[in-house]
Amino acid sequence: MTGKSKWIQLAVLAIIMLVLPFFFPSGYYYRVGALIFVNALSVVGLVILIGYAGQISLGHAGFAGIGAYSCALAPVHLGLHPALAVLLGAGISGVLALLIGRPILRLKGYYLAVATLGFGILVSMILSNERGLTGGPDGISVPGLGLRPLLRDMGLRLSGGEFWYIVNAVVLLVSIWIALNLYQSATGRAMRALHGSETAAKTVGIDVARFKLQAFVLSAVYASVAGSLLALQNGFITPDVAGFMHSVEMVTMAVLGGVGSVLGATFGAAILTLLPQILTVFADYEQLVLGFVMILVMIFLPLGLLPSIAARVRWRGV
Amino acid sequence: MTILEVKGLGISFGGLRAVNDVSFSVKPGEIVSVIGPNGAGKTTLFNMISGVYLPSDGEAKLDGEDVTAQAPHLLAAKGLTRTFQNLQIFQEMTVLENVVAGFHLSERPSIWADLFSLPSARRRSAEVRDKAFAFLEKVRLTNAAEEEAGNLSYGALKRLEIARALAVGPRVLLLDEPAAGCNAVETEEIDDLIATLAQSGIAILLVEHDMKMVMRISNHIVVLDHGEKIAEGTPEAVSKNPDVIAAYLGTEEEEPAHALG
Repeated sequence: MTGKSKWIQLAVLAIIMLVLPFFFPSGYYYRVGALIFVNALSVVGLVILIGYAGQISLGHAGFAGIGAYSCALAPVHLGLHPALAVLLGAGISGVLALLIGRPILRLKGYYLAVATLGFGILVSMILSNERGLTGGPDGISVPGLGLRPLLRDMGLRLSGGEFWYIVNAVVLLVSIWIALNLYQSATGRAMRALHGSETAAKTVGIDVARFKLQAFVLSAVYASVAGSLLALQNGFITPDVAGFMHSVEMVTMAVLGGVGSVLGATFGAAILTLLPQILTVFADYEQLVLGFVMILVMIFLPLGLLPSIAARVRWRGV
Repeated sequence: MTILEVKGLGISFGGLRAVNDVSFSVKPGEIVSVIGPNGAGKTTLFNMISGVYLPSDGEAKLDGEDVTAQAPHLLAAKGLTRTFQNLQIFQEMTVLENVVAGFHLSERPSIWADLFSLPSARRRSAEVRDKAFAFLEKVRLTNAAEEEAGNLSYGALKRLEIARALAVGPRVLLLDEPAAGCNAVETEEIDDLIATLAQSGIAILLVEHDMKMVMRISNHIVVLDHGEKIAEGTPEAVSKNPDVIAAYLGTEEEEPAHALG
Protein backbone atom coordinates (compact mmCIF):
# COMPACT_ATOMS: atom_id res chain seq x y z
CA MET A 1 0.00 0.00 0.00
CA THR A 2 1.35 3.37 -0.95
CA GLY A 3 1.00 6.69 0.84
CA LYS A 4 -1.50 7.78 -1.78
CA SER A 5 -3.87 4.89 -1.19
CA LYS A 6 -3.91 5.75 2.51
CA TRP A 7 -5.43 9.15 1.77
CA ILE A 8 -7.83 7.68 -0.77
CA GLN A 9 -9.14 5.21 1.79
CA LEU A 10 -9.55 7.95 4.38
CA ALA A 11 -11.26 10.26 1.90
CA VAL A 12 -13.71 7.58 0.78
CA LEU A 13 -14.63 6.84 4.36
CA ALA A 14 -14.99 10.52 5.26
CA ILE A 15 -17.26 11.10 2.28
CA ILE A 16 -19.45 8.14 3.21
CA MET A 17 -19.69 9.49 6.75
CA LEU A 18 -20.71 12.92 5.45
CA VAL A 19 -23.23 11.73 2.87
CA LEU A 20 -24.91 9.00 4.89
CA PRO A 21 -26.98 11.33 7.16
CA PHE A 22 -28.84 12.68 4.11
CA PHE A 23 -30.44 9.26 3.74
CA PHE A 24 -31.39 8.84 7.39
CA PRO A 25 -35.20 8.41 7.67
CA SER A 26 -35.08 9.56 11.30
CA GLY A 27 -32.78 10.98 13.97
CA TYR A 28 -32.52 7.51 15.45
CA TYR A 29 -30.08 6.50 12.72
CA TYR A 30 -27.48 8.93 14.03
CA ARG A 31 -27.42 6.70 17.10
CA VAL A 32 -26.94 3.61 14.96
CA GLY A 33 -24.16 5.34 13.00
CA ALA A 34 -22.42 6.39 16.21
CA LEU A 35 -22.61 2.81 17.44
CA ILE A 36 -21.13 1.51 14.18
CA PHE A 37 -18.19 3.90 14.54
CA VAL A 38 -17.54 2.85 18.14
CA ASN A 39 -17.59 -0.82 17.17
CA ALA A 40 -15.37 -0.09 14.19
CA LEU A 41 -12.89 1.63 16.50
CA SER A 42 -12.30 -1.46 18.63
CA VAL A 43 -12.26 -3.64 15.51
CA VAL A 44 -9.54 -1.48 13.92
CA GLY A 45 -7.51 -2.14 17.08
CA LEU A 46 -8.03 -5.87 16.55
CA VAL A 47 -6.88 -5.53 12.94
CA ILE A 48 -3.53 -4.33 14.32
CA LEU A 49 -3.36 -7.30 16.70
CA ILE A 50 -4.85 -10.05 14.50
CA GLY A 51 -4.37 -8.78 10.97
CA TYR A 52 -0.93 -7.20 11.30
CA ALA A 53 0.76 -9.16 14.08
CA GLY A 54 -1.17 -12.43 13.73
CA GLN A 55 -2.03 -12.75 17.43
CA ILE A 56 -5.49 -13.58 18.73
CA SER A 57 -7.44 -12.15 21.65
CA LEU A 58 -10.79 -13.27 22.97
CA GLY A 59 -10.63 -10.88 25.91
CA HIS A 60 -10.48 -7.42 24.40
CA ALA A 61 -13.89 -6.54 25.78
CA GLY A 62 -12.06 -6.47 29.11
CA PHE A 63 -10.21 -3.37 27.94
CA ALA A 64 -13.47 -1.87 26.65
CA GLY A 65 -14.85 -2.45 30.14
CA ILE A 66 -11.92 -0.65 31.72
CA GLY A 67 -12.42 2.30 29.37
CA ALA A 68 -16.15 2.38 30.01
CA TYR A 69 -15.96 2.19 33.81
CA SER A 70 -13.14 4.76 33.92
CA CYS A 71 -15.63 7.22 32.46
CA ALA A 72 -18.28 6.15 34.97
CA LEU A 73 -16.07 6.19 38.06
CA ALA A 74 -13.20 8.67 37.61
CA PRO A 75 -15.41 11.79 37.33
CA VAL A 76 -17.33 10.80 40.48
CA HIS A 77 -14.52 9.50 42.68
CA LEU A 78 -11.51 11.44 41.43
CA GLY A 79 -13.28 14.56 40.24
CA LEU A 80 -11.75 14.06 36.81
CA HIS A 81 -13.32 15.61 33.70
CA PRO A 82 -14.95 12.83 31.60
CA ALA A 83 -12.68 13.63 28.66
CA LEU A 84 -9.65 13.07 30.87
CA ALA A 85 -11.27 9.90 32.17
CA VAL A 86 -11.10 8.56 28.60
CA LEU A 87 -7.35 9.13 28.66
CA LEU A 88 -7.05 7.63 32.14
CA GLY A 89 -8.90 4.51 30.97
CA ALA A 90 -6.68 4.26 27.89
CA GLY A 91 -3.62 4.63 30.14
CA ILE A 92 -4.78 1.94 32.56
CA SER A 93 -5.64 -0.40 29.68
CA GLY A 94 -2.28 0.23 28.03
CA VAL A 95 -0.29 -0.45 31.20
CA LEU A 96 -2.37 -3.51 32.01
CA ALA A 97 -1.90 -4.83 28.47
CA LEU A 98 1.84 -4.27 28.87
CA LEU A 99 1.91 -6.23 32.13
CA ILE A 100 -0.25 -9.20 31.10
CA GLY A 101 0.94 -9.19 27.47
CA ARG A 102 4.53 -9.93 28.41
CA PRO A 103 3.80 -13.39 29.86
CA ILE A 104 0.78 -14.43 27.76
CA LEU A 105 2.08 -13.42 24.33
CA ARG A 106 4.63 -16.22 24.66
CA LEU A 107 1.67 -18.50 24.07
CA LYS A 108 0.58 -19.32 20.56
CA GLY A 109 -2.70 -19.97 18.80
CA TYR A 110 -5.51 -21.36 20.94
CA TYR A 111 -3.40 -21.19 24.12
CA LEU A 112 -3.22 -17.44 23.65
CA ALA A 113 -6.95 -17.37 22.88
CA VAL A 114 -7.74 -19.09 26.17
CA ALA A 115 -5.37 -16.89 28.19
CA THR A 116 -6.91 -13.68 26.82
CA LEU A 117 -10.35 -15.19 27.34
CA GLY A 118 -9.45 -15.62 31.00
CA PHE A 119 -8.41 -12.00 31.26
CA GLY A 120 -11.68 -10.76 29.76
CA ILE A 121 -13.77 -12.92 32.09
CA LEU A 122 -11.74 -11.70 35.06
CA VAL A 123 -12.47 -8.06 34.26
CA SER A 124 -16.19 -8.63 33.73
CA MET A 125 -16.39 -10.62 36.99
CA ILE A 126 -14.71 -7.82 38.94
CA LEU A 127 -17.10 -5.30 37.41
CA SER A 128 -20.10 -7.48 38.33
CA ASN A 129 -18.97 -8.35 41.84
CA GLU A 130 -17.61 -5.06 43.18
CA ARG A 131 -21.11 -3.74 43.71
CA GLY A 132 -19.99 -1.03 46.12
CA LEU A 133 -17.91 0.62 43.42
CA THR A 134 -19.40 -0.44 40.10
CA GLY A 135 -23.07 -0.96 40.95
CA GLY A 136 -22.77 -4.62 40.01
CA PRO A 137 -24.70 -6.31 37.19
CA ASP A 138 -27.34 -3.57 37.19
CA GLY A 139 -24.84 -1.12 35.82
CA ILE A 140 -23.98 2.45 36.66
CA SER A 141 -24.74 5.84 35.19
CA VAL A 142 -22.04 7.78 33.38
CA PRO A 143 -21.69 11.56 33.71
CA GLY A 144 -22.02 13.53 30.48
CA LEU A 145 -19.14 15.00 28.57
CA GLY A 146 -20.53 18.52 29.03
CA LEU A 147 -19.52 19.51 25.54
CA ARG A 148 -23.00 19.65 24.04
CA PRO A 149 -24.31 22.38 26.41
CA LEU A 150 -21.13 24.29 25.64
CA LEU A 151 -21.84 24.06 21.91
CA ARG A 152 -25.43 25.10 22.50
CA ASP A 153 -24.21 28.25 24.22
CA MET A 154 -22.12 28.93 21.15
CA GLY A 155 -25.28 28.69 19.06
CA LEU A 156 -24.76 25.13 17.71
CA ARG A 157 -27.74 22.93 18.55
CA LEU A 158 -27.06 19.24 18.13
CA SER A 159 -29.15 16.27 19.21
CA GLY A 160 -27.37 13.60 21.24
CA GLY A 161 -27.33 11.31 18.21
CA GLU A 162 -25.90 13.97 15.92
CA PHE A 163 -23.26 14.97 18.44
CA TRP A 164 -21.97 11.42 18.97
CA TYR A 165 -22.17 10.66 15.25
CA ILE A 166 -19.71 13.51 14.65
CA VAL A 167 -17.43 12.83 17.63
CA ASN A 168 -17.15 9.10 16.91
CA ALA A 169 -16.66 9.68 13.19
CA VAL A 170 -13.73 12.00 13.89
CA VAL A 171 -12.17 9.65 16.47
CA LEU A 172 -12.59 6.72 14.07
CA LEU A 173 -11.01 8.60 11.16
CA VAL A 174 -8.02 9.57 13.31
CA SER A 175 -7.60 6.03 14.59
CA ILE A 176 -7.80 4.61 11.07
CA TRP A 177 -5.23 7.16 9.93
CA ILE A 178 -2.93 5.91 12.73
CA ALA A 179 -3.54 2.26 11.84
CA LEU A 180 -2.77 2.94 8.16
CA ASN A 181 0.39 4.86 9.10
CA LEU A 182 1.45 1.89 11.15
CA TYR A 183 0.82 -0.54 8.30
CA GLN A 184 3.36 1.16 6.04
CA SER A 185 5.89 1.89 8.75
CA ALA A 186 8.89 -0.06 9.96
CA THR A 187 7.03 -1.03 13.12
CA GLY A 188 4.00 -2.30 11.20
CA ARG A 189 6.28 -4.15 8.82
CA ALA A 190 7.97 -5.87 11.75
CA MET A 191 4.53 -6.93 13.03
CA ARG A 192 3.49 -8.28 9.64
CA ALA A 193 6.87 -10.00 9.27
CA LEU A 194 6.53 -11.91 12.54
CA HIS A 195 3.00 -12.81 11.45
CA GLY A 196 4.47 -14.34 8.27
CA SER A 197 7.34 -16.21 9.91
CA GLU A 198 8.59 -15.69 13.43
CA THR A 199 11.72 -17.65 12.61
CA ALA A 200 12.62 -15.43 9.69
CA ALA A 201 11.66 -12.28 11.58
CA LYS A 202 14.19 -13.13 14.28
CA THR A 203 16.99 -13.67 11.77
CA VAL A 204 16.58 -10.14 10.43
CA GLY A 205 16.87 -8.82 13.97
CA ILE A 206 13.20 -8.33 14.84
CA ASP A 207 12.59 -8.61 18.58
CA VAL A 208 9.43 -10.69 18.16
CA ALA A 209 8.26 -10.37 21.78
CA ARG A 210 8.57 -6.58 21.67
CA PHE A 211 6.47 -6.11 18.55
CA LYS A 212 3.78 -8.55 19.64
CA LEU A 213 3.54 -6.57 22.85
CA GLN A 214 3.29 -3.25 21.00
CA ALA A 215 0.44 -4.60 18.89
CA PHE A 216 -1.30 -5.93 22.00
CA VAL A 217 -0.99 -2.63 23.90
CA LEU A 218 -2.16 -0.59 20.91
CA SER A 219 -5.22 -2.76 20.35
CA ALA A 220 -6.02 -2.57 24.07
CA VAL A 221 -5.95 1.24 23.93
CA TYR A 222 -8.25 1.20 20.89
CA ALA A 223 -10.73 -1.08 22.71
CA SER A 224 -10.53 1.07 25.82
CA VAL A 225 -11.30 4.32 23.98
CA ALA A 226 -14.19 2.58 22.21
CA GLY A 227 -15.55 1.45 25.58
CA SER A 228 -15.25 4.98 26.96
CA LEU A 229 -17.11 6.50 24.02
CA LEU A 230 -19.84 3.87 24.30
CA ALA A 231 -20.28 4.67 28.01
CA LEU A 232 -20.34 8.42 27.41
CA GLN A 233 -22.89 8.31 24.62
CA ASN A 234 -25.21 5.90 26.42
CA GLY A 235 -24.88 7.67 29.76
CA PHE A 236 -25.16 4.26 31.35
CA ILE A 237 -23.03 1.12 31.37
CA THR A 238 -23.32 -2.49 32.54
CA PRO A 239 -20.62 -5.17 32.95
CA ASP A 240 -21.82 -6.69 29.64
CA VAL A 241 -19.47 -4.25 27.90
CA ALA A 242 -16.58 -6.35 29.25
CA GLY A 243 -18.36 -9.66 28.71
CA PHE A 244 -17.24 -12.62 26.67
CA MET A 245 -19.96 -12.09 24.07
CA HIS A 246 -18.68 -8.59 23.38
CA SER A 247 -15.13 -9.95 22.83
CA VAL A 248 -16.46 -12.56 20.43
CA GLU A 249 -18.51 -9.92 18.66
CA MET A 250 -15.39 -7.79 18.10
CA VAL A 251 -13.39 -10.68 16.65
CA THR A 252 -16.35 -11.72 14.48
CA MET A 253 -16.69 -8.22 13.06
CA ALA A 254 -12.98 -8.13 12.26
CA VAL A 255 -12.93 -11.55 10.62
CA LEU A 256 -16.21 -11.06 8.75
CA GLY A 257 -15.11 -7.75 7.25
CA GLY A 258 -11.57 -8.89 6.51
CA VAL A 259 -9.04 -8.84 9.28
CA GLY A 260 -6.15 -7.97 6.98
CA SER A 261 -7.60 -4.61 6.04
CA VAL A 262 -8.60 -1.66 8.17
CA LEU A 263 -11.39 -0.62 5.84
CA GLY A 264 -12.67 -4.19 5.61
CA ALA A 265 -12.89 -4.40 9.38
CA THR A 266 -14.84 -1.15 9.47
CA PHE A 267 -17.20 -2.65 6.92
CA GLY A 268 -17.57 -5.76 9.09
CA ALA A 269 -18.41 -3.61 12.10
CA ALA A 270 -21.06 -1.80 10.05
CA ILE A 271 -22.67 -5.01 8.82
CA LEU A 272 -22.77 -6.72 12.19
CA THR A 273 -24.10 -3.62 13.92
CA LEU A 274 -26.78 -3.09 11.27
CA LEU A 275 -27.91 -6.68 10.75
CA PRO A 276 -29.52 -7.08 14.17
CA GLN A 277 -31.34 -3.76 13.60
CA ILE A 278 -32.66 -4.97 10.25
CA LEU A 279 -33.37 -8.47 11.50
CA THR A 280 -35.64 -7.25 14.28
CA VAL A 281 -38.37 -7.94 11.73
CA PHE A 282 -37.61 -11.61 12.08
CA ALA A 283 -37.40 -11.24 15.85
CA ASP A 284 -37.13 -14.87 16.90
CA TYR A 285 -34.88 -15.87 14.04
CA GLU A 286 -32.40 -13.00 14.36
CA GLN A 287 -29.55 -15.05 15.91
CA LEU A 288 -30.22 -17.87 13.46
CA VAL A 289 -29.92 -15.65 10.40
CA LEU A 290 -26.83 -13.96 11.82
CA GLY A 291 -25.09 -17.27 12.41
CA PHE A 292 -26.06 -18.51 8.96
CA VAL A 293 -24.69 -15.36 7.27
CA MET A 294 -21.41 -15.78 9.13
CA ILE A 295 -21.03 -19.42 8.15
CA LEU A 296 -21.69 -18.55 4.50
CA VAL A 297 -19.13 -15.74 4.53
CA MET A 298 -16.44 -17.93 6.07
CA ILE A 299 -17.05 -20.68 3.52
CA PHE A 300 -17.31 -18.58 0.39
CA LEU A 301 -15.35 -15.44 1.27
CA PRO A 302 -12.66 -16.66 3.68
CA LEU A 303 -10.63 -13.44 3.41
CA GLY A 304 -13.61 -11.50 4.72
CA LEU A 305 -16.28 -9.54 2.88
CA LEU A 306 -14.42 -6.50 1.61
CA PRO A 307 -11.08 -8.08 0.58
CA SER A 308 -12.88 -10.94 -1.18
CA ILE A 309 -15.13 -8.57 -3.11
CA ALA A 310 -12.14 -6.37 -3.98
CA ALA A 311 -10.17 -9.39 -5.22
CA ARG A 312 -13.11 -10.50 -7.38
CA VAL A 313 -13.50 -7.07 -8.91
CA ARG A 314 -9.79 -6.95 -9.73
CA TRP A 315 -9.95 -10.45 -11.18
CA ARG A 316 -12.62 -9.40 -13.63
CA GLY A 317 -10.41 -6.53 -14.63
CA VAL A 318 -12.90 -3.87 -13.61
CA MET B 1 41.49 -12.92 12.14
CA THR B 2 38.80 -15.53 12.87
CA ILE B 3 35.29 -14.09 12.95
CA LEU B 4 33.25 -17.20 13.77
CA GLU B 5 34.70 -19.86 16.02
CA VAL B 6 32.81 -23.01 16.95
CA LYS B 7 34.29 -25.08 19.77
CA GLY B 8 33.09 -28.52 20.87
CA LEU B 9 29.48 -27.82 19.93
CA GLY B 10 27.05 -30.64 20.72
CA ILE B 11 23.35 -31.28 21.27
CA SER B 12 21.15 -34.18 22.33
CA PHE B 13 17.46 -34.63 21.62
CA GLY B 14 16.19 -36.97 24.31
CA GLY B 15 18.63 -39.84 24.14
CA LEU B 16 19.77 -39.07 20.60
CA ARG B 17 23.12 -37.37 20.19
CA ALA B 18 22.46 -35.31 17.05
CA VAL B 19 25.72 -33.37 16.98
CA ASN B 20 28.81 -34.14 19.02
CA ASP B 21 31.96 -32.11 19.68
CA VAL B 22 32.15 -30.16 16.42
CA SER B 23 34.81 -27.46 16.12
CA PHE B 24 35.91 -25.25 13.24
CA SER B 25 36.42 -21.59 12.44
CA VAL B 26 35.61 -19.15 9.65
CA LYS B 27 37.61 -16.07 8.61
CA PRO B 28 36.18 -12.95 6.97
CA GLY B 29 35.88 -13.43 3.23
CA GLU B 30 36.17 -17.18 3.55
CA ILE B 31 33.62 -19.72 2.29
CA VAL B 32 33.40 -22.72 4.58
CA SER B 33 31.07 -25.56 3.60
CA VAL B 34 29.58 -28.15 5.88
CA ILE B 35 28.85 -31.37 4.02
CA GLY B 36 27.75 -34.85 4.98
CA PRO B 37 25.10 -37.45 4.21
CA ASN B 38 21.43 -36.79 5.00
CA GLY B 39 20.86 -36.72 8.75
CA ALA B 40 24.52 -35.98 9.49
CA GLY B 41 23.52 -32.99 11.63
CA LYS B 42 24.33 -30.11 9.29
CA THR B 43 21.10 -28.18 9.74
CA THR B 44 21.14 -28.93 13.48
CA LEU B 45 24.62 -27.42 13.62
CA PHE B 46 23.31 -24.35 11.80
CA ASN B 47 20.39 -24.08 14.19
CA MET B 48 22.76 -24.08 17.15
CA ILE B 49 25.10 -21.47 15.71
CA SER B 50 22.18 -19.19 14.75
CA GLY B 51 20.53 -19.44 18.17
CA VAL B 52 17.49 -21.46 17.09
CA TYR B 53 18.54 -24.49 19.21
CA LEU B 54 20.19 -24.38 22.60
CA PRO B 55 23.42 -26.43 22.42
CA SER B 56 24.03 -28.93 25.24
CA ASP B 57 27.80 -28.38 25.16
CA GLY B 58 30.43 -26.23 23.57
CA GLU B 59 30.46 -22.62 22.53
CA ALA B 60 30.17 -20.33 19.54
CA LYS B 61 32.26 -17.17 19.41
CA LEU B 62 31.52 -14.24 17.14
CA ASP B 63 34.51 -11.93 16.77
CA GLY B 64 35.93 -13.27 20.05
CA GLU B 65 32.70 -12.78 22.00
CA ASP B 66 30.89 -15.79 23.41
CA VAL B 67 27.45 -15.77 21.74
CA THR B 68 26.40 -19.34 22.52
CA ALA B 69 22.62 -19.71 22.70
CA GLN B 70 21.94 -16.03 22.21
CA ALA B 71 18.55 -15.21 20.71
CA PRO B 72 18.60 -15.04 16.90
CA HIS B 73 17.54 -11.38 16.82
CA LEU B 74 20.49 -10.44 19.07
CA LEU B 75 22.85 -12.41 16.83
CA ALA B 76 21.47 -10.54 13.84
CA ALA B 77 22.31 -7.27 15.59
CA LYS B 78 25.87 -8.56 16.03
CA GLY B 79 26.16 -9.38 12.35
CA LEU B 80 25.21 -13.04 12.09
CA THR B 81 22.20 -14.04 10.01
CA ARG B 82 21.06 -16.99 7.93
CA THR B 83 18.76 -18.44 5.30
CA PHE B 84 16.72 -21.61 5.64
CA GLN B 85 16.64 -24.95 3.90
CA ASN B 86 12.83 -24.89 3.91
CA LEU B 87 12.14 -21.31 2.86
CA GLN B 88 11.12 -18.79 5.50
CA ILE B 89 9.57 -15.98 3.49
CA PHE B 90 7.07 -13.36 4.56
CA GLN B 91 4.55 -14.77 2.09
CA GLU B 92 1.90 -12.10 2.33
CA MET B 93 4.27 -9.17 2.00
CA THR B 94 5.56 -7.91 -1.33
CA VAL B 95 8.98 -8.94 -2.59
CA LEU B 96 10.27 -5.44 -1.89
CA GLU B 97 8.82 -5.43 1.62
CA ASN B 98 10.58 -8.72 2.34
CA VAL B 99 13.93 -7.09 1.64
CA VAL B 100 12.94 -3.88 3.39
CA ALA B 101 12.17 -5.99 6.47
CA GLY B 102 15.80 -7.08 6.33
CA PHE B 103 16.78 -3.48 7.09
CA HIS B 104 14.86 -3.61 10.35
CA LEU B 105 17.96 -3.12 12.50
CA SER B 106 19.42 -0.18 10.61
CA GLU B 107 15.98 1.41 10.37
CA ARG B 108 15.51 1.31 14.17
CA PRO B 109 11.76 1.87 14.17
CA SER B 110 10.26 4.20 16.72
CA ILE B 111 6.64 3.43 17.51
CA TRP B 112 5.60 7.07 17.99
CA ALA B 113 7.17 8.30 14.79
CA ASP B 114 5.55 5.39 12.98
CA LEU B 115 2.05 5.84 14.41
CA PHE B 116 1.90 9.48 13.41
CA SER B 117 3.92 9.06 10.22
CA LEU B 118 6.38 11.74 11.33
CA PRO B 119 8.78 13.07 8.69
CA SER B 120 11.69 11.23 10.33
CA ALA B 121 9.92 7.87 9.87
CA ARG B 122 8.90 8.68 6.29
CA ARG B 123 12.43 9.74 5.37
CA ARG B 124 13.94 6.55 6.79
CA SER B 125 11.33 4.45 4.97
CA ALA B 126 12.18 6.08 1.65
CA GLU B 127 15.92 5.58 2.19
CA VAL B 128 15.45 1.94 3.04
CA ARG B 129 13.26 1.39 -0.03
CA ASP B 130 16.05 2.64 -2.28
CA LYS B 131 18.61 0.44 -0.58
CA ALA B 132 16.29 -2.57 -0.80
CA PHE B 133 15.93 -2.02 -4.54
CA ALA B 134 19.69 -2.21 -4.89
CA PHE B 135 19.69 -5.64 -3.26
CA LEU B 136 16.79 -6.81 -5.43
CA GLU B 137 18.90 -5.84 -8.42
CA LYS B 138 21.73 -7.99 -7.11
CA VAL B 139 19.46 -11.04 -7.14
CA ARG B 140 17.64 -9.93 -10.31
CA LEU B 141 14.20 -9.57 -8.77
CA THR B 142 13.49 -5.89 -9.44
CA ASN B 143 10.72 -6.80 -11.88
CA ALA B 144 8.83 -8.65 -9.17
CA ALA B 145 9.32 -5.94 -6.53
CA GLU B 146 5.63 -5.15 -6.01
CA GLU B 147 4.40 -8.71 -6.35
CA GLU B 148 3.23 -10.71 -3.37
CA ALA B 149 6.17 -12.90 -2.36
CA GLY B 150 3.98 -16.02 -2.17
CA ASN B 151 3.51 -15.91 -5.95
CA LEU B 152 7.21 -16.30 -6.79
CA SER B 153 8.85 -19.46 -8.07
CA TYR B 154 10.96 -21.56 -5.74
CA GLY B 155 14.26 -20.46 -7.24
CA ALA B 156 13.26 -16.80 -7.04
CA LEU B 157 12.28 -17.21 -3.38
CA LYS B 158 15.69 -18.72 -2.66
CA ARG B 159 17.30 -15.60 -4.10
CA LEU B 160 14.86 -13.35 -2.27
CA GLU B 161 15.86 -14.98 1.01
CA ILE B 162 19.50 -14.23 0.27
CA ALA B 163 18.69 -10.61 -0.60
CA ARG B 164 16.81 -10.24 2.68
CA ALA B 165 19.72 -11.73 4.62
CA LEU B 166 22.11 -9.31 2.90
CA ALA B 167 19.93 -6.38 3.92
CA VAL B 168 20.74 -7.25 7.53
CA GLY B 169 24.34 -6.29 6.72
CA PRO B 170 25.90 -9.51 7.99
CA ARG B 171 29.55 -10.16 8.78
CA VAL B 172 28.78 -13.87 8.99
CA LEU B 173 26.17 -15.40 6.68
CA LEU B 174 24.85 -18.93 7.12
CA LEU B 175 23.34 -20.33 3.92
CA ASP B 176 21.37 -23.55 4.33
CA GLU B 177 21.17 -25.23 0.91
CA PRO B 178 20.80 -22.04 -1.14
CA ALA B 179 20.78 -23.97 -4.42
CA ALA B 180 18.41 -26.76 -3.42
CA GLY B 181 15.64 -27.14 -5.98
CA CYS B 182 17.26 -24.70 -8.39
CA ASN B 183 18.12 -25.57 -11.99
CA ALA B 184 21.67 -25.47 -13.36
CA VAL B 185 21.47 -21.84 -14.47
CA GLU B 186 20.02 -20.66 -11.18
CA THR B 187 22.62 -22.66 -9.28
CA GLU B 188 25.39 -20.98 -11.19
CA GLU B 189 23.90 -17.57 -10.46
CA ILE B 190 23.76 -18.30 -6.75
CA ASP B 191 27.27 -19.63 -7.03
CA ASP B 192 28.55 -16.36 -8.46
CA LEU B 193 26.58 -14.36 -5.93
CA ILE B 194 28.12 -16.23 -3.01
CA ALA B 195 31.60 -15.76 -4.42
CA THR B 196 30.99 -12.00 -4.79
CA LEU B 197 29.72 -11.78 -1.22
CA ALA B 198 32.81 -13.53 0.09
CA GLN B 199 35.01 -11.17 -1.89
CA SER B 200 33.29 -8.26 -0.18
CA GLY B 201 34.52 -9.65 3.14
CA ILE B 202 31.51 -11.55 4.43
CA ALA B 203 32.34 -14.85 6.12
CA ILE B 204 30.14 -17.54 4.60
CA LEU B 205 29.15 -20.82 6.16
CA LEU B 206 27.40 -23.03 3.66
CA VAL B 207 25.41 -26.24 3.78
CA GLU B 208 24.92 -27.60 0.29
CA HIS B 209 24.23 -30.91 -1.40
CA ASP B 210 25.40 -29.84 -4.83
CA MET B 211 28.94 -31.20 -4.63
CA LYS B 212 30.09 -29.52 -7.83
CA MET B 213 29.19 -26.18 -6.33
CA VAL B 214 30.76 -26.99 -2.96
CA MET B 215 34.04 -28.11 -4.52
CA ARG B 216 34.18 -25.09 -6.79
CA ILE B 217 33.56 -22.28 -4.36
CA SER B 218 34.62 -23.48 -0.90
CA ASN B 219 37.92 -22.45 0.68
CA HIS B 220 37.48 -24.99 3.42
CA ILE B 221 35.19 -27.96 3.97
CA VAL B 222 33.98 -29.55 7.19
CA VAL B 223 32.57 -33.07 6.84
CA LEU B 224 29.97 -34.38 9.29
CA ASP B 225 28.73 -37.93 9.67
CA HIS B 226 26.36 -39.12 12.40
CA GLY B 227 26.82 -35.79 14.14
CA GLU B 228 30.60 -36.02 14.33
CA LYS B 229 33.22 -34.14 12.38
CA ILE B 230 35.05 -36.84 10.44
CA ALA B 231 37.26 -34.62 8.31
CA GLU B 232 38.08 -31.05 7.34
CA GLY B 233 40.39 -29.33 4.92
CA THR B 234 40.59 -27.96 1.40
CA PRO B 235 38.13 -29.32 -1.17
CA GLU B 236 40.90 -31.35 -2.72
CA ALA B 237 42.07 -32.94 0.52
CA VAL B 238 38.52 -33.71 1.64
CA SER B 239 37.53 -35.33 -1.64
CA LYS B 240 40.44 -37.76 -1.33
CA ASN B 241 39.85 -38.54 2.33
CA PRO B 242 38.95 -42.25 2.70
CA ASP B 243 36.70 -41.60 5.73
CA VAL B 244 34.66 -39.12 3.71
CA ILE B 245 34.30 -41.53 0.82
CA ALA B 246 33.23 -44.27 3.19
CA ALA B 247 30.65 -41.99 4.83
CA TYR B 248 29.09 -41.13 1.51
CA LEU B 249 29.10 -44.59 0.01
CA GLY B 250 28.76 -46.76 3.07
CA THR B 251 31.86 -48.82 2.16
CA GLU B 252 35.09 -48.37 0.24
CA GLU B 253 34.50 -47.74 -3.44
CA GLU B 254 36.81 -47.59 -6.38
CA GLU B 255 35.22 -44.50 -7.91
CA PRO B 256 35.20 -41.87 -5.20
CA ALA B 257 35.40 -39.01 -7.66
CA HIS B 258 31.97 -39.93 -8.93
CA ALA B 259 30.38 -39.67 -5.51
CA LEU B 260 31.83 -36.24 -4.93
CA GLY B 261 31.00 -34.97 -8.36
